[in-house]
Amino acid sequence: MSATARHRPESSSGHAAADEPGPRRGRNAWLLAAAALSIAPHVTNLPPWVSALCAALLIWYGWRSWRGQAAPARWLLAPIALGAAIGVRLSLGQLLGKTPGLALLAVLLGLKLLESRNMRDIRVVVLLCFFLQFGLFFNNQSLPAAAFALFAALLTLGSQISLADPIAGARERLRLSAVLLVQGLPFMLVFFILFPRAISPLWGIPNDALSISGLSDSMSPGTISELVLSDELAFTAEFDGPRPPPPERYWRGPVLTAFDGRTWRMAGGPMLDRPAYTPSGRRYDYRIMLEPHHQRWLPALDYPAGPVRGVRFTHDFQAVSRAPVDHRMQFRLSAFPRAEAGGDEAPWTLEQSRRLPAHGNPRARGLAARLKAPTPGQTVERILSWLTENDFTYTLQPPLLDENSIDFFLFNTRMGFCEHFAGAFVFLARAADLPARVVTGYQGGRVNPVNGALTLRQSDAHAWAEVWFSGRGWIRVDPTALIAPLRIERGLENSLPAGESLPLMLRPQYQWLRQLRDRWEAVATTWNRLVITYDNRRQRDLLETFGLDPASPPRVFGAIGIASALLLAAFYYWARRRRNTVDPLDRAWARFSARLARRGLARAPSEGPLDYGRRLAAARPADAAALTAICTSYARLRYRPPAPHREICKLIHSVDHLILKEETPRPR
Amino acid sequence: MPPSSIARLMAIAGEIILGKEHELRLALACLLARGHLLIEDVPGTGKTTLAHTLARLLGLQFQRIQFTSDLLPADIIGVSVFERDSATFRFRPGPVFAQLILADEINRATPKTQSALLEAMEERQITADGQTMPLPGPFFVIATQNPSSQVGTFPLPESQLDRFLLRIRLGYPDRAAERKLLQGQDRRELLERTGPALAVSDLLALQDAARTLIVADRLIDYVQALIAATRQSAKFTAGLSPRAGMGLLAAARAWALLEGRDHVLPEDVQRIFPHLAAHRLRLADDGRMPTPDDLARLLQSVWLP
Repeated sequence: MSATARHRPESSSGHAAADEPGPRRGRNAWLLAAAALSIAPHVTNLPPWVSALCAALLIWYGWRSWRGQAAPARWLLAPIALGAAIGVRLSLGQLLGKTPGLALLAVLLGLKLLESRNMRDIRVVVLLCFFLQFGLFFNNQSLPAAAFALFAALLTLGSQISLADPIAGARERLRLSAVLLVQGLPFMLVFFILFPRAISPLWGIPNDALSISGLSDSMSPGTISELVLSDELAFTAEFDGPRPPPPERYWRGPVLTAFDGRTWRMAGGPMLDRPAYTPSGRRYDYRIMLEPHHQRWLPALDYPAGPVRGVRFTHDFQAVSRAPVDHRMQFRLSAFPRAEAGGDEAPWTLEQSRRLPAHGNPRARGLAARLKAPTPGQTVERILSWLTENDFTYTLQPPLLDENSIDFFLFNTRMGFCEHFAGAFVFLARAADLPARVVTGYQGGRVNPVNGALTLRQSDAHAWAEVWFSGRGWIRVDPTALIAPLRIERGLENSLPAGESLPLMLRPQYQWLRQLRDRWEAVATTWNRLVITYDNRRQRDLLETFGLDPASPPRVFGAIGIASALLLAAFYYWARRRRNTVDPLDRAWARFSARLARRGLARAPSEGPLDYGRRLAAARPADAAALTAICTSYARLRYRPPAPHREICKLIHSVDHLILKEETPRPR
Repeated sequence: MPPSSIARLMAIAGEIILGKEHELRLALACLLARGHLLIEDVPGTGKTTLAHTLARLLGLQFQRIQFTSDLLPADIIGVSVFERDSATFRFRPGPVFAQLILADEINRATPKTQSALLEAMEERQITADGQTMPLPGPFFVIATQNPSSQVGTFPLPESQLDRFLLRIRLGYPDRAAERKLLQGQDRRELLERTGPALAVSDLLALQDAARTLIVADRLIDYVQALIAATRQSAKFTAGLSPRAGMGLLAAARAWALLEGRDHVLPEDVQRIFPHLAAHRLRLADDGRMPTPDDLARLLQSVWLP
């Protein structure tokens, strides 16, 4: 133990490696590795100077323990600690909070490690390591983060073991700490499932709310074509039954009704518990795992049905979350792709869907007047055929548009992406006096062959149009499908002109990379579903299915207590069995001791067989001969190898046929 | 191995040293395990008598060195004297050249003198004037020490204490033994009339026999667990050394031999342990030696494998 240092005054100032370099250096290396692994994952979130300071402290520690030097003096370390605190205050603006707290913790770990002198210091270091590993989940709750933290915990536990058993080898330490972690696993599960959860995670306030990735609530030329360059995951959907065919995979996002001449925006309106239409046709039930996008809209397969807990619907069939999606969310929805929606639409909605700015885009207005036909259906047909006949190009790199963006696109550039087509189409339809609107969202999705889930990325972002027909309601019209039909059928990578740059993963030569990613995402989806999105709502549901009232803390804590006690009992039983089933001689001896224990003569765990025999003989003079014989025989067989098999059998026989005389109350 | 001779030896020794059978047996085990013995107690409890008795009964060549503060290393080891006749230096061996040495009140001498003896104990040879001379066959040192709190003592440092395999305390005799002591003759006179109970060759044979006793793997496990416990316990500043572990096993073997067994049991280890560990361990709280209670508790905490 490190207390040897106290024992010898000349080496008490530090962990001098001179007298016993092996174990001590080994342990220092472990501590260093554990500390480094605890700090390393935080580096991306900490100010660079904090990371540099931590690295310097760790290197200093490594150097000093390698050279067997004493811990640096307190007067040297105290200013560093103070300076770090002031630096954190200056560079992060505060001392409290998530990032400043983690930064301070990381610096303190480095300092404590450096000045560690005795066992107590090292225990503090170990504790700090555990804290930092826990703190990792403030910023990152992904599976790799958990695996990393677990690995760091393994090493930290290993260094803690080395405190208790300084001579244990590295493999022995690793094995023991792995066993301890595995044994802790069931307890972790019990607490994970049962421990009452806060309404939102402690770390639910995101720092990075500014970097919005995903569709926004407005659209102007270029917004979506920029978005689709990103390969980031938007959401995954797992269907209960078969998946809808690709042409029906329209995931509704923000519906944009208001147009100011350049930008399309959402129109306000009442929130409903269920969308205002009568579901009909085929129904699909599915579960969505949504990546955080910090807005309230939820992607929902057309047309979503309600009611769903925690989800509200706008009058234009958007699903909306009650709070911004700041962390990964999971919810269940159902969809009726073939239902007729909006047959009896409110007049003010229709009025909004016909409204155009008073001025601008005169040529488009003129075109609409020419294309207008007696029936709305014919008008839509004529607009679409005009678009197909006039040689439009589908491209991710549309040229810049001028003030009259619709005119410029329709008559000059004729190159655009889905938002150009959808916007121009809706403009033309409105100019022809048809109620129409732009719908943004995602289209298609790739089936992950590993788990059958539909994966949608930002590159699947799409915009299309909806036109209202009297008596039939809103009908989806996707002009992009006419210009670039492959986009809808086979995805972005097959619909762009040759030579345009695609997101890395969409390029055909990276097939293997995609397969790897499929596997990984299947695992990550399961992890997200089971672990990350297990919030207080799902906990309530789960506890209710077990008949446990989640609102009653005594019952919940009682359940935790009972489950932990059961686990402890199981471990105890397992340990006993393991202990007792080793060999027949031990088993017989255990039986013998157990039998006498029932008579109040239990063998102390440290008591030798002859001592036990003497004690038994003294306590039960009537049986003294038999008891002494068994104890003596056991002692000889156990401690005088090799034990003849016959003798063992004889002993087992005499143990099993031992007849204890009835105890007569002894005089005295 | 002549068990009867051991029994006879014990019986005769028991006549002289009254009521101290356990301590006597420990001393004998220490001797059979080729270790040195430290007896610590207040004056007058029979330390010297015990050493005398062992020397007498085992037929060993006996020397007593009374340690005082002005004792010099040469007083122990010997000195080279110039002989006028041959005009050469001749080494005149000191009292250390004997088979059983009683180093009385060892802690009254200066550390320099102490270490002269202790080196001889460890090396079992003497180097003087560049000449190395082996010490005689069985070489056994019984050192007595007054409790270190007494005036005018140089307490032995831990590293020197480690040279002694076992440390025993004699303590006061019990009532019956003391009465017998008061009624009987002077112990010295009794001893004068007693002859050797064992030949030196018998003793050497017994020492060899003690080394060949059977030790099961389970017992090694137990000894290891015990040593590990001293190292892991927060009660002590440092655990037992590997040398102490080997000594524990050797002494346990000798003890088992005295018990008339050819194999070692955990009980043997447990009997030896308190006398082997006490002077090698220090309590973390106050730096003192652990009490018998501390060691008994430690023994109880280590389960038999």
